[in-house]
Formats: sequence, structure tokens, C-alpha cells
Amino acid sequence: MARRGDILKQLKRLVPKATLIADQEGCRTFESDALTAYRVLPLAVVLPESTEEVSAILRFCHDNHIKVVPRGAGTSLAGGALPLEDAIVLCLSRMNKVLDVDTSNRVARVQAGTTNLAITEAASGQGFFYAPDPSSQIACTVGGNIATNSGGAHCLKYGVTVNNLLGVRMVMMDGEIIDIGGTHLDAPGYDFLPLITGSEGQLGIVTEATVRLLASPEGSRPMLLGFDSTEAAASCVAAIIASGIVPVAIEFMDRPAIHVCEHFVAAGYPLDAEAALIVEVEGSEDEIEYLLEKIEDIAGDFLPTSVRRSQSAEESALIWKGRKAAFGAIGQLSDYVCMDGVIPLSQLPKALDEIGWICRKYRFDVANIFHAGDGNLHPLILYNANDSVQLERVELCGAEILRLCVELGGCLTGEHGVGIEKRELMYEQYSDEDIDQQVRIKEELDPSWLLNPGKVFPIEGRDAHKMRGLELQDLGPEIEAKIDVEIESEVVEGHDAP
Amino acid sequence: MRLGFHAPETEEELKHLVAEAVDTRTPLEVMGKGTKREIGHPVGAGAVVSTEAMVGISLYEPTELVMVAKAGTPLAEIETKLAENDQELPFEPVDLGPVLGYGPREGTIGGVIATNISGSRRILKGAARDHVLGVRAVNGRGELIKAGGRVMKNVTGYDLGRTLAGSWGTLAIMTEVALKVLPAQRETRTIVCFGLTDQTAIEALCIAMGTPYEVSGTLHAHAELAARFSDQQIAGAEAAVTAIRVENFPASARYRASRLRQALLAYSPALELDHERSKKFWSEVRALKMFQGKPNPLWRVSTTPTNAAKLINNLSRKIDVRAAYDWSGGLIWIESPPITDGGAVDIRRTLAELGGHATLIRADDAMRAGIDVFQPLELPLATLSAKLKHAFDPLGIFNPGRMYRDM
Repeated sequence: MARRGDILKQLKRLVPKATLIADQEGCRTFESDALTAYRVLPLAVVLPESTEEVSAILRFCHDNHIKVVPRGAGTSLAGGALPLEDAIVLCLSRMNKVLDVDTSNRVARVQAGTTNLAITEAASGQGFFYAPDPSSQIACTVGGNIATNSGGAHCLKYGVTVNNLLGVRMVMMDGEIIDIGGTHLDAPGYDFLPLITGSEGQLGIVTEATVRLLASPEGSRPMLLGFDSTEAAASCVAAIIASGIVPVAIEFMDRPAIHVCEHFVAAGYPLDAEAALIVEVEGSEDEIEYLLEKIEDIAGDFLPTSVRRSQSAEESALIWKGRKAAFGAIGQLSDYVCMDGVIPLSQLPKALDEIGWICRKYRFDVANIFHAGDGNLHPLILYNANDSVQLERVELCGAEILRLCVELGGCLTGEHGVGIEKRELMYEQYSDEDIDQQVRIKEELDPSWLLNPGKVFPIEGRDAHKMRGLELQDLGPEIEAKIDVEIESEVVEGHDAP
Repeated sequence: MRLGFHAPETEEELKHLVAEAVDTRTPLEVMGKGTKREIGHPVGAGAVVSTEAMVGISLYEPTELVMVAKAGTPLAEIETKLAENDQELPFEPVDLGPVLGYGPREGTIGGVIATNISGSRRILKGAARDHVLGVRAVNGRGELIKAGGRVMKNVTGYDLGRTLAGSWGTLAIMTEVALKVLPAQRETRTIVCFGLTDQTAIEALCIAMGTPYEVSGTLHAHAELAARFSDQQIAGAEAAVTAIRVENFPASARYRASRLRQALLAYSPALELDHERSKKFWSEVRALKMFQGKPNPLWRVSTTPTNAAKLINNLSRKIDVRAAYDWSGGLIWIESPPITDGGAVDIRRTLAELGGHATLIRADDAMRAGIDVFQPLELPLATLSAKLKHAFDPLGIFNPGRMYRDM
């Protein structure tokens, strides 16, 4: 990377106020996201503080054919924010301001680096909340949520990110700033919000978002149901929905997951059960009582081994704490990969059965913990990341599980995104023509494939050179020595990582 | 290719038809039953292609809350089937047929999604496009493409399905749609206030939306429009009507209605409609009964709720309008006088000050040919739109000029 020095100098001149991280130690922080098996040191990391800076950086990279990998908090489980060695990581974590909370119109305007939870924190005092609640909500950013159309435990009732997004300010690869949507419920002309949401930072970089706020419910309460088979638990979920009740959340845990979570948090999960459900409903006290009563009735047909309605706010919090801590709890035991396939709900028992078999075949333990209401599975396959043979095997195992999801009528990923993890599996779900149509949109909006290239689309069998982005080209004449000095000092400082 | 009307029965036939149109550079007017054909600039296409012969519900799993139907399936058939299982389309699509001179619910599900026309419940449950799980479609190259699937969550590649929602048949011809459906609401109740000014009414509606009672309908209609509802108390009040809907299981709906009355005491709620009257009232809102049987231009305006009353107030100083606000003010249906431009200049000028966009829903051919039916876009967005169009329909075969003259 002979031009690296030039690139850094010019960037420094272009956006003097933005933090530029160019030293190896500093870049190390950004070498991977939450898919930690993959690590690449980027060319540099830049942390802008305004849309205008993002625009200047992208225009510069566009004109000089430099690849850009956008990043929020780096919590992607699919390698969506994995750097490339010849790319600049553009990290939005410094753009973390809640710009406006407007409860009359029930919207909030936030910078893309704002954490998911910070929106609800800003609005809760006035009785409002932001609905999507991915498990990583303390850390993950709104920009990242938009990139992967994040859901969360409560999306059965409230929908995922795309359903709660009203507008974005976005910078295109050529530096153009575009405002889409706003504080009204639909935008004029084509609806670009669903196209941008879930596009994994490949079409533009969102710097601001306008999201929908909802009035907080009067109350909410979970109940915990244990069953002696996964079939019984799955049938119970179907029966609840068939009865006309749509709980705000239905979370499913299998035996290994129950045990790990209980060991970690002591939430009182039923250790004797093969499967457990957390079913949460909302409303007034009477409404909650009525719904839980009805759900208990329905569950009775499936012979639950235990039924426990939360009796207090503390107990409710504890029940959720176990669930939300699941990934961390399992992470303490072992390395794991978290799959994200989706299946039609009616296929749940079959899917769990098959997943168990696939994992046994590859000699891995698996724990299942997921949003049952919407069929979004999260099998956690436990393995040893330091063993390269296991790493290879776990990827094969995961791929087989995802193929199964597609075969059963589902899809590869519900909320984590394709990233690098699943790109080669795209043909399992789509035909050449399906993928070509998506690629054509990418080509229209980023013809040189500079924005987060190498993600989402399978490289095999395609124009690989183009999919990976173009090679770096000469930048032109050297620039003044003054900037040299600035860069040096910047590098020496080492930089505080966000 | 043969000009005139085509109604292919299969995706294969449709593919061939489009491929032929591509080869011969023949523009196609795309439609389902054509009940919304008169929205947009008149399409000067030599051939018409309709999805009306692609009909049928291909999959319905009530316990999974999923229905998959061919694009030409009549909306009425979809809703009847859902009702048999106590389910419904949560977005309560507005039935534009009656204001455009067609019968009720004659349109197709493909048309509903292609126009992304969501009703009063949009404020609680989301738009039509929010309920699209996947589509199959033929693009402007004559290729069959699928996007999304039939499951609730899906971020596998770009979300082309929801992107096609609201594209008015200009990007691709949908052949099948997979939709999320929900259990039907068991009980509906409506709180009604009379004689509020627009500003006060919007304030009341926004307060209602800020309560935890999951308000699912928020309407305010000018007195002349209120008089056109069939409910005698509402029609006979000779005053503007403000209506707030709650839905749930019976005990809950009653509880929520009573709490809302308390919350809105300052606005003197005069009436609470029971289930039957509520159903009737909101079905009339859905069919825009207050604008039926009139020749006047009808506009659909989307704006920020708290700017809505000011928008109409400013507009009223320029032209004589009657308005019905939905979505707590975020959606305004405006009946304008039959002047040459239907009020386009004044409406768009007012919007330029206050934010939002306007689409002309009802007007004769001459008026539609003469003005921008869809809101003209800012240049960056127009450029982006042209790129999206090019990605799907590079030769501009589908509905040329319908939304924007140069696309």
C-alpha cells in the first residue's frame, strides 16, 4: 500500500477535526466486529463528527478509488463491519447525539452513532420508547440497526427497524447528501427506506435517522412456561397466535440454553424442562391478568411442566435478564457462532430436531435461544476458536443449518445480515436473476463498488474483481510537509478508541 | 407486439410478454383491475398488461400470520378468507375505488401493495409496505425475480419486496405477494368530539396518540364532510367531527375508551360509538365516503401532524378547501375547487413552507396531464429515483411517465 501515506495526509487535510487513527495499535481495535474469527487491519480508521465530514471523506475516497467500510459499534455477528486491508473504516461512533425528541409528533431525530438504547432513554421520561430492541442494544448503534434491519425480542408486536424508521440523512459514495423521508409517515415517490434498511452499508452511509416513538404501555409482564418437549413448546406458540393473541414477545429456550442462563443469572428458569417459553403481554393490570390467564389456559393443552407468572417488576426484570444475558453466558463457557436463520413457525419442531442432528454430526454442542413468535432461530454452536480445524468445521455446520432453514421455506438471516459470513450461501436462497437484480441496484448507486465491498453478495462465479472493489490508484502529487507532522503526532498519540 | 389488452395467466406468459415488449420497445401500462388507473399522469402506452388473470391464495397459514396470494387476487377475496379465520390486513387499505367511480373493494391485492395505500390503522400497525414479506415479480428485462420470502424476518440481501411497494407499477410487475396478517380486533369503540377547530382537534388527536391505549384511528373532518357519513348523530351534528378509535378484546376496548374519555375531557367528548357503529363509521372512512360522488379534485397530503392545521389554514386563505385529517393529522385528504390546476400551485407552495408532499388522487385527464400528480422531487432524490428505475426497468417499459414525466 504505497499510497497509504498520501491518503492519510489528504484525509487529515480534508477533515482536520475528525479523529484519524493510523497506527497499528489504534487500528487493532477495529480489526474485527463481533464475528471475531475474522480479523483484518484496515488502512486507517476515521471517526467523523458531522454529515459534512462524512461527505468530504466519501467524496475523497470516491475520487481516489479508496474502499470504505462503514462501522457503528462493531457488534455485527456476520462480519458486516469487517475491514479490508486496503479500505478505510469510517466509524460513526462519535456521531452519537440525540438531536430532537418530539413527543407530539412521536418522532426522534438522532445521529447514526447513537446507541439503540439511548433513544428510549431520551424519550422514556415523557412516556415514550423506541421499539426495536436487539440484545446488543446497550452498545449497538442506530446506523448499524438500519444496516441490518435489526429486530429484537419485542418485534413480534412492534416490528423491526424498517417498520420504525421514518427518515434518514444519507451520504452517497460520491459525497452527495440526500434526505429521505422525515417526520411524516410516508415519503414522496419511491420508498427508499426499505431499500436502505438492511443494505449493510453498501448503498450509502446513514448519518442521521428519524425514528418513530411509541407511547409506553401501562405495564408489561412475562410468564415463564416449561415443557417436556420442544414440540409441545412450539405447538403452544402456534396455539397462542391462533387464539388471536399477539403477545409482545415469545422467546424460546431449549434445555442447554435454560441451564446456561440459569447458571449465569439464577432467574428461576425450569431446569427440568426440555424447552421453555417467555411470553410477555402488555396493558393495564386487568388486561395483563386477562391475557396471562388465557395464555395459561391455552398452554394447559400442551401439558406444561411448569407455569410461572411474574409477580413483581423485579421478577419480570430477572426473567428478562436471563434471556438477555444468554449470549454472554454462553460466551463465558465457550466460543460460539450464532446462527440467524428464519423458518416458518410450523416447521419449528422439525427444524430443531434437524439442527440437533446436524450439530451432533459435526460433533458440536448447540444451544437454541430465539424469538419463537417470528421463527427467527439463533442456534449457538459451541466450538474452540483457537482450533483452526474446528473453525472450518463449525462454518460447515452453520452453513448446513442455514441451508436447512431455506429448505424449510425460510431464509438465511433474520436480523444479523449476510456480511461475509453468509455471502456464499446466497445462491441457496436466490437465483442468478434474483441476485443480479440486487447487484444492479448496487451498481447504480456505487458503480465502483467502493462502499463495503465483499459483503452480502457471493463472489464465486461473479465478477470477482468488481465485487471486491477496484485496486487503489495513484493519488497524485505529494502535499506539504506540515501535514506530515500532524499525522506523525496523531500516530504518536495513539488515540483513544471509542 | 399486439397492442391492446393482455392478461397473462402465468408468470411464464408474463415474462414472454415483457420480453416481447422489450424487443419491440413497446411501453406497457401496468395494472390489476385498473381501479386506480386514473391516478398519475395518463400513460400513453400502446399495450396494457393486467395481472387480473393471476389469481388465487397460494398459501395461508393463520398460525404463522402469513398469507401468500397471486397479485391479481381481488382484495375482497383476501379479506373474506382472512375474516373466516378472524384475521385481517392490519394496515386497513384505503379503498380508493368508490371515489374514483368504481365499486367497493374491486381492486386487487397487487394494486394495494403497488400503491402502498394504507388506511387509518397505519398509525398503530404500519403501512401496507410494512406487511410485505416477499414478492415475485417480472422486471423490465423480462426476468422473473423474487425477493424476501414468506417468513416474518428477513435481511437476506436487499429488501426489494418492500421497495416495490408504492412504486405504482413503474419498476416491476408483481405476480405474487407474501403478507403478514394479524388477528382481527374483537371489539372497536370510538370516542367522538364535535365542533373542534382543526388546531384543537389535532392537539386532541396527538394527545390520544401519546396515551398507552393503542389508539388505532384518529380522524378529524370538516363539518361539510362530516355531514356525509351515514351515522345520524355524526351527520346531524352540523359540526366538524373528531373521532378516536380503540380496538382490542371487549373488556379492554371498553376500558381504554373510558380512559381516553378521561384523558380528553378538555375536548368535551360527546359520544362513544359502540362496536357496530364504530365498524360502520371506520369502514366509511376507509372508503372515503366523505369524498364520494363529487367531481372535485381530491388530494392526499402527507405532513408532520402538528403542522397540519396550519397548512390547511394557510391554504384556506388562497382557495376554498374541505379537509379530513387522518393519522392524527399526518395524512390530509383535501377536496379542492375545480379550478384549472386543482389547487396544485397553492397546495405545493404551502407545503414548501411547512413540509410534506401532495398527490393528486382524483382529477380528469386534462388536469392530470397538465400538472404534477406526484410531488416533484428535489434533485438529489430525483436522480436517485432515476437510478432505481434504471436498475429495474432500464428501457422504461413500465408505466412511462405515470409518476414523473421523464421516467
